[in-house]
Amino acid sequence: MNLRSIPLSAWIGIAGIAIAIFCAVFAPLIAPFGERDVVGDIWLPAGGDFLLGTDNLGRDLLSRLIYGARTTIFVALAATVLSFSLGMLLSFTAAVVGGFTDQLFSRFNDLMMAIPTLIFALVVLAVLPQHLWILILVMAVLDSTRVFRIGRAVALDVAVMEFVEAARLRGEGSLWIIFREILPNTLSPLLAEFGLRFAFSILFLSTLSFLGLGIQPPAADWGGMVKDNKDGIIFGISAALIPGAAIATLAICVNLVVDWLMKRTSSLKGGRGDA
Amino acid sequence: MMESGPLTGPVPTDGTADASHPRSAEPTGVPAKPNPAANGEIAGTFWRRFTFRRPLAALILQRLGLSVGLLFAVSLMIFGGIEALPGDFATTYLGQSATPQAVENIRKDLGLDKPWTERYVSWLGGAIQGDFGTSWASKNSVGEQISKRLGNSLFLAFFAALISVPLAVGLGMLAVQFRNRLPDKIINVISLAAISLPEFFVGYLLIMFFAVKFGIATFPATVYDSMSFTERLSAIALPVATLVLVVLAHMMRMTRAAILNVMSSAYVETAELKGLSMFRIIARHAAPNAVAPVINVIALNLAYLVVGVVVVEVVFVYPGMGQYMVDAVTVRDMPVVQACGLIFAAFYIFLNMAADILAIIANPRLRHPR
Repeated sequence: MNLRSIPLSAWIGIAGIAIAIFCAVFAPLIAPFGERDVVGDIWLPAGGDFLLGTDNLGRDLLSRLIYGARTTIFVALAATVLSFSLGMLLSFTAAVVGGFTDQLFSRFNDLMMAIPTLIFALVVLAVLPQHLWILILVMAVLDSTRVFRIGRAVALDVAVMEFVEAARLRGEGSLWIIFREILPNTLSPLLAEFGLRFAFSILFLSTLSFLGLGIQPPAADWGGMVKDNKDGIIFGISAALIPGAAIATLAICVNLVVDWLMKRTSSLKGGRGDA
Repeated sequence: MMESGPLTGPVPTDGTADASHPRSAEPTGVPAKPNPAANGEIAGTFWRRFTFRRPLAALILQRLGLSVGLLFAVSLMIFGGIEALPGDFATTYLGQSATPQAVENIRKDLGLDKPWTERYVSWLGGAIQGDFGTSWASKNSVGEQISKRLGNSLFLAFFAALISVPLAVGLGMLAVQFRNRLPDKIINVISLAAISLPEFFVGYLLIMFFAVKFGIATFPATVYDSMSFTERLSAIALPVATLVLVVLAHMMRMTRAAILNVMSSAYVETAELKGLSMFRIIARHAAPNAVAPVINVIALNLAYLVVGVVVVEVVFVYPGMGQYMVDAVTVRDMPVVQACGLIFAAFYIFLNMAADILAIIANPRLRHPR
């Protein structure tokens, strides 16, 4: 693959993701003010000392946006990685072992998918204590149902190939077949799926935070910042729109890259699981 | 799914479905008879005879039963799963510093001292009759609140569907018509961006422009009983617009993919090579096959709409089910959370079932699973 073959839209996406990750990694170095420091009056307009103005408590919006990138990307990425590990392991096991295990996993997965994700998350988060790792775990488990469905479909296609049969006849164990035969051959469609799930995770986390059930204050996070500043909208203060735009931009960037990956791998089978 | 293999004959209707029935892999093995309807001596149970005579009705009944079973399992999961999770309601409810006596009192008060199976049976029994118990926070009847709010939510979702469905199907067809040309590419880029926008961002953007800057719409979108129909319509204009924007892109992309799938199939190519006119190809060959996937797309997105309502209601302070549920979750008001969760899940399951059944009716090939 050479760099020239990457279309412009994918480059825009890659650039956007790179900027966001840069902000997340070097947040304390770039941010002009601290994450939780009250530095001025509330809802100051953009410009002057504060590049994007201040929020509902007088904290610098740009600084919080930069720190927010950290939380948002970390939680979304952690949830996606976890959901992929879980979903792929279970789906490949189901596809390789087959029989009763396959039926059990698949039917349970169907049951999980019969409840809308957001509703399920609301019900579960109503009971569980509010910790960051619980939030990540809930997001990961709910998302892994989608990964399972696609992973199983892709793995089933590969599991009937001759080389898998050859490995079986050679006497290789299920784990060997999963990691050495099926995984390398399904990586390409699953990579696109990973991007899609990551974009979905960002949106889902922001939605939960916006509803007050995600990341808890005073930690900065883009969805929570929209919630904090939403009362300003009625007075024509656009502070809530800035973190909203940040979420949208990052999600669009990820989707642009995914769109390109999908087109590259479209010859390979792999469903697109929109929730 | 609906792979577009070449049809072996004219598009089969109800009548031909019977003749090809023995091809379906029935584990019980129905004897292959050329004309089963005229033959009265089919052995087996009542159900087997029923599936033989009326395969469509039997399939629909089967799907209905499956959905009811699924709903039952979901109710068990919403209720039982919560019980299995760590954390005690009473201590969460009162806070960490509560005395053991206070915790004991509140457990008795809320009926938490009984075993969960007993509570589940009485909860489910009540839920079927529309009685969801009383809210822990406000001590009001949950069923009463829901009956008021459910109407509001459905009102919102109905108008959003009314606008978005024709628009999405129309735009999807437009994109297929101009496939890989400028209009298609513009629609593709815009819809890709629209998918990535969070609901609340779209909502606040609309509020910022239409309610604050131009002052043509109202915010918050509160509705109450004494409002006239037109007043209600103007109140929900912005929430409906938000929902439409959110759902439209998804629905359109899926419609485009579904129609493209049919248009690129072998029989459409054959029709083209035969020299049929474009209109005739679409009307006689493509449309009957595209109906099922498109209906599927619509039903799936309506199910999505039911959930999308939650966030939109919070943004616009609209007195519906979603707002009720989110408020209940923040104060851990479990009876309300369970009731709302069950109703949302029921709508979701029902719409998915409707999609399934409509697809079976529209596409006879689906009546015979491999």
